Amino acid sequence: MAETGVRVGLFVTCLVDLFRPSVGFAAVKLLEEAGCSVEAPFAQTCCGQPSYNSGDRQSATRIAEKVIETFADYDYVVVPSGSCAGMIRRHYPGLFAEDAEMRARAEALAAKTYELTSFLVGVRGFTRVKARWRKRVTYHDGCSGLRELGVRDEPRTLLASVEGLALSELSGAETCCGFGGSFAVKYPDISDKMVADKVADIAASGAEAVLCGDLGCLLNIAGKLCRLGRAVEARHVAEVLAGMAEELPPIGAPG
Amino acid sequence: MSEPREEILGAIRRAFKRGALAAEAAGELSRRLAAHPRNPVPQRAAALEEEDRLRLFVAMAEEADARVSQLDSLDAVPAAVAEYLARENLPAEIVMAPDPMLEALPWKREPLLAIRRGRAEAGDAVSLTPAFAAIAETGTLMLISGAETPTSLNFLPDTHIVVVAARQVVASYEEGFDLLRAAAAEKGWPRTVNFVTGPSRTADIEQTIELGAHGPRRLHIILVGEREPAGKK
Amino acid sequence: MLLNSRDFPANAREGLGNPTLQKALSMARTGFPEKRARAIERLPEFESLREKARAIKEATLANLDFYLETYENKVLAAGGKVHWARSASEAREAVLAICRSVGAKTVTKGKSMVAEEVGLNPFLEENGITPIETDLGEYIIQLRREPPSHIIAPAIHLVKEEVAQSFREAHRELPPQRPLSEARQLCDEARAVLRPRFLAADAGITGANFLVAETGSSLIVTNEGNGDLTQLLPRVHIVMASIEKLVPTLEDAATLLRLLARSATGQEFSAYTTLSTGPRREGDEDGPEAYHVVLLDNGRSALLGGEFEDILRCIRCAACLNHCPVYTAVGGHAYGTVYPGPMGAVLSPALFGLEECAHLPNASTFCGRCEAVCPMQIPLPKMMRGWREREFTQKKAPAVARAALRLWAFFALRPGLYHPFARIVARALFAAGARRGRFRSLLFHSGWTAVRDLPAPEGRTFHHLWAKRRKGA
Repeated sequence: MAETGVRVGLFVTCLVDLFRPSVGFAAVKLLEEAGCSVEAPFAQTCCGQPSYNSGDRQSATRIAEKVIETFADYDYVVVPSGSCAGMIRRHYPGLFAEDAEMRARAEALAAKTYELTSFLVGVRGFTRVKARWRKRVTYHDGCSGLRELGVRDEPRTLLASVEGLALSELSGAETCCGFGGSFAVKYPDISDKMVADKVADIAASGAEAVLCGDLGCLLNIAGKLCRLGRAVEARHVAEVLAGMAEELPPIGAPG
Repeated sequence: MSEPREEILGAIRRAFKRGALAAEAAGELSRRLAAHPRNPVPQRAAALEEEDRLRLFVAMAEEADARVSQLDSLDAVPAAVAEYLARENLPAEIVMAPDPMLEALPWKREPLLAIRRGRAEAGDAVSLTPAFAAIAETGTLMLISGAETPTSLNFLPDTHIVVVAARQVVASYEEGFDLLRAAAAEKGWPRTVNFVTGPSRTADIEQTIELGAHGPRRLHIILVGEREPAGKK
Repeated sequence: MLLNSRDFPANAREGLGNPTLQKALSMARTGFPEKRARAIERLPEFESLREKARAIKEATLANLDFYLETYENKVLAAGGKVHWARSASEAREAVLAICRSVGAKTVTKGKSMVAEEVGLNPFLEENGITPIETDLGEYIIQLRREPPSHIIAPAIHLVKEEVAQSFREAHRELPPQRPLSEARQLCDEARAVLRPRFLAADAGITGANFLVAETGSSLIVTNEGNGDLTQLLPRVHIVMASIEKLVPTLEDAATLLRLLARSATGQEFSAYTTLSTGPRREGDEDGPEAYHVVLLDNGRSALLGGEFEDILRCIRCAACLNHCPVYTAVGGHAYGTVYPGPMGAVLSPALFGLEECAHLPNASTFCGRCEAVCPMQIPLPKMMRGWREREFTQKKAPAVARAALRLWAFFALRPGLYHPFARIVARALFAAGARRGRFRSLLFHSGWTAVRDLPAPEGRTFHHLWAKRRKGA
């Protein structure tokens, strides 16, 4: 492993931790290939987004304080999720409007926090991976990564370097899949319509696999693909970039 | 009636934790109103040469489904109107704005054309009006109400023909406003100013665009450009 | 007007299950965004105009009292009258009093969301005055006795067969053999029926897109020309507008106008943009003899200076509706208020109460497309979240949801408890679901598994594996 001066704290995210740790290890592998030394501090849990988006600002603030403290000493914080990275980058500072010192710390963390692919391409200049995967894939842009962080070209740049992989763009790639955290559970009928439309677009793309940078969207999309009995695989983009897609079953497939 | 007024104004002031604006602050806002500074104007409409301005006006108006015919001189307008009516299979009857510029045209050359002057009535098929100005930016006509230019002519007939002189075509809305203010300083502010871009339309049924919803089905612009050297206006 | 926002989930289900509505919405879902995108591509200054427009509106709101008074003075100087209304009922009464003062029996109406907000039509009818909607979409839904489902395209929920049926039922003189299968034929039918009504109306009521303080003018933006006929032909023109419609100058209006049509319909400019200033002048051959403005507050002044002030920048272009995946899935009627979609999810709770409208700010995935397309840069998701926060702190959110959130936060703040617990959950779910790789149903997850499977976890948590890897290293 290349031990360099760049220390990255990996913010694993609660969904990756619980559902698909492989995504976390894929991120570690890519970051190390990009010359970083990676740590995943045990004191992390969740970014606080469930509380924040449900109106429990107080809990969100306390969780944010904890994240700020946990990751204060790293050069960068990298997150394999546009949504959780967006929470830290775009929303943490606003939680401390009344507290100048904490706000400054939140801003410092926000400034060094990146979604995985945008960190690799934008910060590390790492654009060529060593993976190969013979598949026709399509890509769904998670809403937070796309609109809060402006992540769009980076995953495509990296995917273009995967040997054997062909990307066909998804019609409506920028339309929400209907996940939205608790929205999917609170308004299942609406969420269902949205994810059904998404799955129809995926099918129309002719791809064998749909990739995305957010596990939340992927659980939703994979869940609908499974329910409808579609053969399209759903995977986190990091798995493919790290060359793990061959041996790792897709999301929602028997282990 | 004054009670709601005072309460609403009071609620606004309470929201900002202040009373009515101090004379100084109010004076500053009043000065801005009087100066009405321009905000950024899109490049498309900024300082166009006359030829580009006319070209843009025609292109944008036609894109908005207006039809534009260009003449070299005002004297050719009566014949152009008669010819347009014949071509469109419309009766040789128009209701015309009692406007001095239009009155001065050689209508006698079109003896078969029946002309009524005044506002439009139900059943009038074709109107003819002047324009106050025209705006190249979006192919928009600027029409103002007045004794010589009744507004009903702009809306009731199925076909609206508008005579625009090339020198009336300005680049932006802002230039149109300046002309309006200058005219209003003499004749008072008009009751209505209509900015008209193409004929009436609707997309209220299945987003299908249909022309002629309630206003004119056809907007025909006669653009009269005296071929003069630049600078002579 | 508030209808049934409390029933949002049931309304939404009904909308999702209505095939003609879904057909109508599928046309809107692609049509509006594509047209908007094309229009904006042609105006390289669009982003800088957004910045400017926002600044104009912010500066206007900060001095709204000044601009309202200046505007009022200008209206009076032009021979018009201004009526201030604190509430919906005061606005309705003001309109009724004006109508009665001229003995009006029928009034034509241009499209006005403020008139919808205050429930003007039923009130006029109760008082013996017949309101006639003249915007084609509004006319159609008036015949059907439905509220608008969209703020600029009120009949967007209908397909043309439904319109044809409504016309056949309402238009007694319409020969049964006359074809009404095409939009063109339906337009012509409405034009023919409405023309005499325009000419016969005693008063005309329009809304206003902007009120210009500099000149005391109301400004309407339309495509059909119905608003112009409405305000031109009757003896009295009544403008209904809410107080945040003020802009200082014509130049400021121009900046907003460059954004409005492009954001709304994707047009470069609407067919008719009309400034009206007072009644007809001496020597004019047409135009109303009297000009009235009813200025409505209805809860807006209470938003100034607070966390929801930004919604007062809204210029009602409907881009947020057109780009909202929830709106375009369920349609406008599901929201149960006259202001649907993202802007309505922020505004409706302010106008009609959070308790009544609590679903609306919750029914969003925060996908952020509304804010991305808003020409006035209104932070709609942020303000929806603001309503959720009020709901949570005022203990209006469901108790179970509140408890679950608190429990989650409790664990999230205690990694020493969280990680062992996560390990157990991951193992248990893996043991139960690994064979299939997913769950078709799962206790406490019925909302999720009702419509999709839940993929099973890999069995071990990242942090468990990471700790083992570190030990092994």
